[in-house]
Amino acid sequence: MNPGDIHLSVQNVSLRFGGAQALKGVSFDAQSGEIVALIGPNGAGKTSLLNCLNRFYQPDAGARILFEGHDLLRTPAHRIPRLGIARTFQNLALYTGLTTLDNLLAARHIHMRSGLLDCVLYWGRAHREDIVHRQVVEDIIDLLEMEHIRKAVVGALPHGLRKRVELGRALALEPRLLLLDEPMTGMNQEEKEDMARFILDIHERYKTTILLIEHDMGLVMDIAQRVVVLDFGVKIADGTPAEIRDNPAVIQAYLGTTV
Amino acid sequence: MAVLRPAGEFDSTYARDMATVRRPWQWLLLLGFIAALYLLPLYANQSTVALVNRIGISIIAAQGLFVLTGLTGQISLGQAAFMMTGGYISALLVTRAGAPFLVALPLAALGAGVIGLVFGLPSLRVKGFYLVMATLAAQFILPWFTRHAFPELLNGAQGIVVPPPEIFGVKFNQPGTYLYLTLSVLIISTIVAYNISRSRLGRAFVSIRDNDLAAELLGVNLFQYKLQAFFLASVFAGAAGVLAAHNLRHINSETFNLSDSIFLLGMIIVGGLGSILGPIFGAILIELLTEAATLFGPFLVVLFPAAAGGQQALRPLFFGVTLMLFLIFEPRGLAHRWRLWKAAWRLRPFSHL
Ligand SMILES: Nc1ncnc2c1ncn2[C@@H]1O[C@H](COP(=O)(O)OP(=O)(O)O)[C@@H](O)[C@H]1O
Ligand SMILES: [Mg+2]
Repeated sequence: MNPGDIHLSVQNVSLRFGGAQALKGVSFDAQSGEIVALIGPNGAGKTSLLNCLNRFYQPDAGARILFEGHDLLRTPAHRIPRLGIARTFQNLALYTGLTTLDNLLAARHIHMRSGLLDCVLYWGRAHREDIVHRQVVEDIIDLLEMEHIRKAVVGALPHGLRKRVELGRALALEPRLLLLDEPMTGMNQEEKEDMARFILDIHERYKTTILLIEHDMGLVMDIAQRVVVLDFGVKIADGTPAEIRDNPAVIQAYLGTTV
Repeated sequence: MAVLRPAGEFDSTYARDMATVRRPWQWLLLLGFIAALYLLPLYANQSTVALVNRIGISIIAAQGLFVLTGLTGQISLGQAAFMMTGGYISALLVTRAGAPFLVALPLAALGAGVIGLVFGLPSLRVKGFYLVMATLAAQFILPWFTRHAFPELLNGAQGIVVPPPEIFGVKFNQPGTYLYLTLSVLIISTIVAYNISRSRLGRAFVSIRDNDLAAELLGVNLFQYKLQAFFLASVFAGAAGVLAAHNLRHINSETFNLSDSIFLLGMIIVGGLGSILGPIFGAILIELLTEAATLFGPFLVVLFPAAAGGQQALRPLFFGVTLMLFLIFEPRGLAHRWRLWKAAWRLRPFSHL
């Protein structure tokens, strides 16, 4: 993948819950190495779109989602990360009983090879692998400044740090596409700025393509190279932050808030 | 709580940081403890040795539930049925196929594992309460099978006589010698359970327990790993069942029943779900209570004549009360208490708990 190539292509995704139409024919592309922000009012269908990418929801017939030439809608959920896609959740989905370290190590699952017998014996491969992958995980802990909570059980951490651990866990998959669902909700201004800095650090270091859902317009305009706007399940705009800022349809959708 | 290490102790490699037994004196303590157990027949009476033997067997079966329930979060009420399966397979291999005990034991454990895996299939579709009901089915189907299928082989409700184990010409037919067998299997099962919990496999299991959607999203194949958990849990149960059957010298459909399955679940709750020490603490406590129920039974009958003949009934009573007390006062079990005591000891004299 070279910068500028189409990395992710979402084509004509529609999704219905009973009578309610959550997504209506949504299409957009993300180029390799791009940070694309997905914005829109609450209930616009942003999370639902990620859930389609992850195969939690099945969109209506006629949709296609292509990632590096793979048809995601034909891939089982547990194989999506193996293609190079990782995600964080709006409402956190950590392994609360594990430490930060083990949360990240658990995410190395797809990069490890030890099978049942290796693990039962924990001699040779399983043990060696744990040490090698510990190094990878420690680099992420450094990058996200989590040394002090390395061995803390995640369930006992404050919200802001949990968000950071979840980002670290997604990174541990070594994704080429990172889906971030409101990584800054519930954070104070300082924590938000830290998180924004981490996202930019990750982008710079790993050249990851990032699809970011975020409500804080100021941050979105600063970080994103392109913005896709959803409203009631329909894409109403798609362009650079500057174009989006002046788009009448977007201003209409966000009436009452400053864009 | 973060790990508390003695002050001034720092690790310079990841391998050291991951090590379990961290200091030479800890090795000495552990080896001394194991040696004391092996030498038990030299200084303890027969009934104590028999009790330790029973505890050992219960720990092995409970370690299976540690993997399945403690790590993977799948509840099973079929553990005793898988013990029965192991017991029957070994008995048949030894009596009918003339297999040596050392061959029969692992084969029976693996056989129980396969049967357990089959009964774990519902876990792919249902969780929680529904899964409990599905595993309960094993507790009905398997004993029914032994009573009614292949009567010339399984001998119906009568069951079969199981010979004492014989290894290289040595017969294990006394509590004193049998203990060596139980302890040896227990050491292996403890190492295996511990290895599972600290490896890639254990982390996959815990991911499923803590958040199955996220686990799938991080690449854990739920289908594969849930079945592996059921398989492993039943291998432990099978090995425990083999030891129990050859110790009792007899097995039938009643040898391992639903209340045993429930007791095993109780053991890991009282001991501490999700901790490698849970099955050990839990099995010791519950087996000691059972022993107490037998000892105190006669006295209680004097006090409550209406309970005459009900000594056996004291066992479930003691168990029930203990379980309730733990669920109310220490739902995280004895293993959690143990961690708190250890932490307090390290922080002495500033341990305000
Ligand atoms: N599992 C579900 N069942 C029924 N309706 C849902 C479900 N998930 C989302 N929806 C509906 O789809 C719409 C879009 O929701 P969502 O994607 O969460 O919005 P956003 O993330 O943009 O706030 C909402 O109207 C929501 O109520
Ligand atoms: Mg959302």
